[in-house]
Amino acid sequence: MIRFEQVRKVFPGVDDRPATVAVDSVDLRVAQGETLALIGTSGSGKTTLLRMVNRLIDPSAGRIVVDDSDVAAQDVIALRRRIGYVIQRGGLFPHLDVAQNIGLLCTLEGWPRRRIAERVEMLLKAVQLDPSAVAGRRPQTLSGGQQQRVAVARALALDPPVLLMDEPFGALDPITRAKLHDLMRDLRHASAKTTLLVTHDLAEAFALGDRVALIDRGRIVQLGTEDDLRRRPVNDFVAAFVARHAGAANQGNHRG
Amino acid sequence: MAEPIRARFLALLLTAAAAVAAVMLQAGALAAQDAPATIVVGSKSFTESRVLGEILAQRIEAVGGARVAVERRANLGGTMIVFRALEAGDIDLYAEYSGTAWATILGETAPARDPLRTYLEVQRRLAAQHDLAWRLPLGFSNTYAIAVREAVAARLNLTRISDLAARGGDLRSGWSHEFLEREDGYPGLAAAYGLDLAEVRGMEHGLAYEALRSGRIDVTDAYSTDGKLQRFPVRVLEDDRGFFPPYDCAPVVRQATLDAHPWLGPALDALAYRLSATRMQQLNDAVESGGRSARDVARDFLAAEGLLGDGAADGRAREATAGDSDRRRDAPLLAFARSRLAPTLGLTAQHLLLTGVAVVLAVLVAVPLGVLLTRRRALAGPVLQFAGVLQTVPSLALLAFMIPVLGLGAPAAIAALFLYALLPIVRNTTTGIDGVDPALRDAAIGMGLRDRERLMRVELPLALPTIMAGIRTATVISIGVATLAAFIGAGGLGDPIVTGLQLNDTRLILSGALPAALLAIVADALLGRLEAWLDPQR
Repeated sequence: MIRFEQVRKVFPGVDDRPATVAVDSVDLRVAQGETLALIGTSGSGKTTLLRMVNRLIDPSAGRIVVDDSDVAAQDVIALRRRIGYVIQRGGLFPHLDVAQNIGLLCTLEGWPRRRIAERVEMLLKAVQLDPSAVAGRRPQTLSGGQQQRVAVARALALDPPVLLMDEPFGALDPITRAKLHDLMRDLRHASAKTTLLVTHDLAEAFALGDRVALIDRGRIVQLGTEDDLRRRPVNDFVAAFVARHAGAANQGNHRG
Repeated sequence: MAEPIRARFLALLLTAAAAVAAVMLQAGALAAQDAPATIVVGSKSFTESRVLGEILAQRIEAVGGARVAVERRANLGGTMIVFRALEAGDIDLYAEYSGTAWATILGETAPARDPLRTYLEVQRRLAAQHDLAWRLPLGFSNTYAIAVREAVAARLNLTRISDLAARGGDLRSGWSHEFLEREDGYPGLAAAYGLDLAEVRGMEHGLAYEALRSGRIDVTDAYSTDGKLQRFPVRVLEDDRGFFPPYDCAPVVRQATLDAHPWLGPALDALAYRLSATRMQQLNDAVESGGRSARDVARDFLAAEGLLGDGAADGRAREATAGDSDRRRDAPLLAFARSRLAPTLGLTAQHLLLTGVAVVLAVLVAVPLGVLLTRRRALAGPVLQFAGVLQTVPSLALLAFMIPVLGLGAPAAIAALFLYALLPIVRNTTTGIDGVDPALRDAAIGMGLRDRERLMRVELPLALPTIMAGIRTATVISIGVATLAAFIGAGGLGDPIVTGLQLNDTRLILSGALPAALLAIVADALLGRLEAWLDPQR
C-alpha cells in the first residue's frame, strides 16, 4: 500500500530561472496489490511523484506512507530493498553478467551462493528467459526486450511487496512492448505487487493499470478506470488527451 | 558476485605489497651497512668537482684508515643540491668555491672582490648560520681568465691584462655569449682595464680554443682551471687589477663531523695550497682528454704530494669495486655495448624499483583521494589545483626540495616521483567515477545499494579502465623523470646519462637514455594490455 498525503515538491530556481512546482498537493492511494498508472505529458510531475516513494527525491511538504509508515521515518536502504525499481533501458550493470545483475541484492543481503543461484534461475524462468542461455551473458549482448525482462527479474529479486516502474518499456518497439505487457499480466497473476507505473503511453496505462491517474502541471486531473477516462472525462483537457492518444490506445490494447 | 574484479584488485595489491617490502628490505640493508662510522664525500656534476671529491675521499681514507669508511656521493648536480645535502647531513663534506658560496649560498648580490675578505666572510657566516666549517683553501681559484694565443702573447710581451689594454688594440677577440653579457664579464672587464680591442664577438665557448689555434681569434675567456689550457698553446693573463671575483676552493665540512672525528680537520688542512691553478688544469685535463678516471688522477696527485700515508691500500681496494666509465670511451662500439650490458641491467632494475614503488604508493594514495573528491565536491577544485601546481614544479627543483626532508638517494627520488604521479591518477579516478552512466548510478541508488556498495560494486569497476589509463600515464612520466634521480644519488638509468654529459661521451649518454626510452615504451604497452584485461565490459 502506497499513500500520498498532501504531497508537494518545489525545485528551487537555478540562476535566473524561477523555482518550479513539480508536484502540488497530491493525495493518492495505491491499494494492496493494485497497479496504478501515472500518465501525463513530460514535465507533468509524474516521475517526481514516483521517485519520492523510494526517497530518490524528498517532498517539500506532505508525507508518503508505504506499508503504514512514513517513508521519511524508515531506514532508506531497508526501504529501497523492499521496493523493486525498474527504469527505462533497464539500468543493468554492464560489468556484471545477467545472473550477477539479478542476484546483486541477494549477495549484498548475504544469501548463500546456492540459494542465490536457485533464486536467479527461478526469476529468469518467471520472466520467460532460458536460464542456461542467458545467465552467463553480459546484458549488453541481449536484445532490448530481453534486457527489460532481466531488469524486471532483478527488481523482484528480494520479493518486494512494492514495485516502482519508471517508463520501463518506453524504449521498446510496439510488438516487444506488447509481449512485455503480457509478461507483466502473467506476473501479476502469480503474485500481485503494489505497483506504481509511470508512462506517457495511454495504451500501456490502460493495459497494465487497474486505475489511471492523469497528471498535469503537478496535479491529478482525473483518477479512474479506462472506462471513467474514456466515457466520463471530468473536463475538456482529459477528453482531448484521451482523444489525442486514442488511436495509439486502440492499437496497443490487446483486451480490445 | 563481482569476484573477478576483486581478484584482480587483490592481485594488484599483492604486487604492490611485494614491491614495498622489497624496498624496505633494501633500505634495511643500506641502514645496516651504515652502522660503522661513515664519512660521506659529495661532489657536483662536473669533472673538477669529482676529482676534488676523490682527493678529499682518498685523503680521509689515508688518514682515517680502519677507523672510518668513506662513501662517495658523486655527481650531485648543482650547488644547491649539494649544499642542501650537506646541511641535511647526507654528505659530510665537499669542495666549494668562495665566490659561489658568497653569491649562491649566502645570497649576496654585490660581487665578491677581495679574495681574503670573501674567504673570511664566507667562513664566518657558514659557521654562524649553518654550523659548517670552511677549511683552508686548496690553493687555486677557479675564476674567469683571459687567454691569449701564445705566439701573439710572446710577440707583444703580454703577461697581465693591463698589458693587453696597453698593447693589444689590434687583436681580435671571441667571447662566450654569457661572458659577453654578464656585468662581471666583458663589459666590466673592458671598463676596469680600459680595453679597446679591434674585434669583439660572441661565440660558442667550445669553439673558442679551436678558433684560437687556427688563428681566427687572438683572445678569449676561459676558466682558470680549464684542462684545455694545458692542451692549447695559449697564455693566461694575470688579473692584475683584481677584477674577477675570487673563487678560491676549499673543503666545507659539517662541524658535527669534525667534532666526531678530531683527526679529520688536520687531515684536510694538510691539502692546503697544494693545488695551483696549473696543477688543477693538469688534473682536469687528465680526466677529460687523457681518459683517466677521477680516482686514478686523485690517487696519483696525493701520492706525488706524499699525502696518501698508510691507508692507500684501503683506497685501492675500494676502487676495484667501483664502476669506471672513463676508460671505455675509446673502446670499439661492440666491446662498449658488451661492457655496458651488466651495469645497464642493474641500473634498469634500480630504475624500475624507483618508478614502481613511487607509482604503487601514488596509487594507494591517489585512488582513495580521487574517490573522496567525488564524494566531497568542495575539495575537488583545491586538491586538483594543488596537484596541478606540483606537476609544474621543474623535476630537478622538486628533487632538490626533497633533500632537506628525506636526504639523498632513493627515498627522496621516490617521494618526488610519487608527487608527480599523483595528479594523473587522482584526476582519472575522479573523471572515471564521474563518467559512470547516471542511469546506472540512479539504478544502484534506487535498488538500495549503500554508498560503499555502490562504489565497490558499480562505480570503481566501471571506472577501472580510466583509472588504469591514469596509472599508465603516471608510470611513463615517472620513468622519464626518474632519469634525473641520478642527480641526487638515487641511481637508475640516469647515472650513465649524467656521467656522459660531463664527459661529453655520447655513447655513455645513450647507454642510459636508450634503455630508459625503451623502458617507457615497454611499460606503456604492458600497462595498455593490463588496462584492456581489466576492462570489466570486455
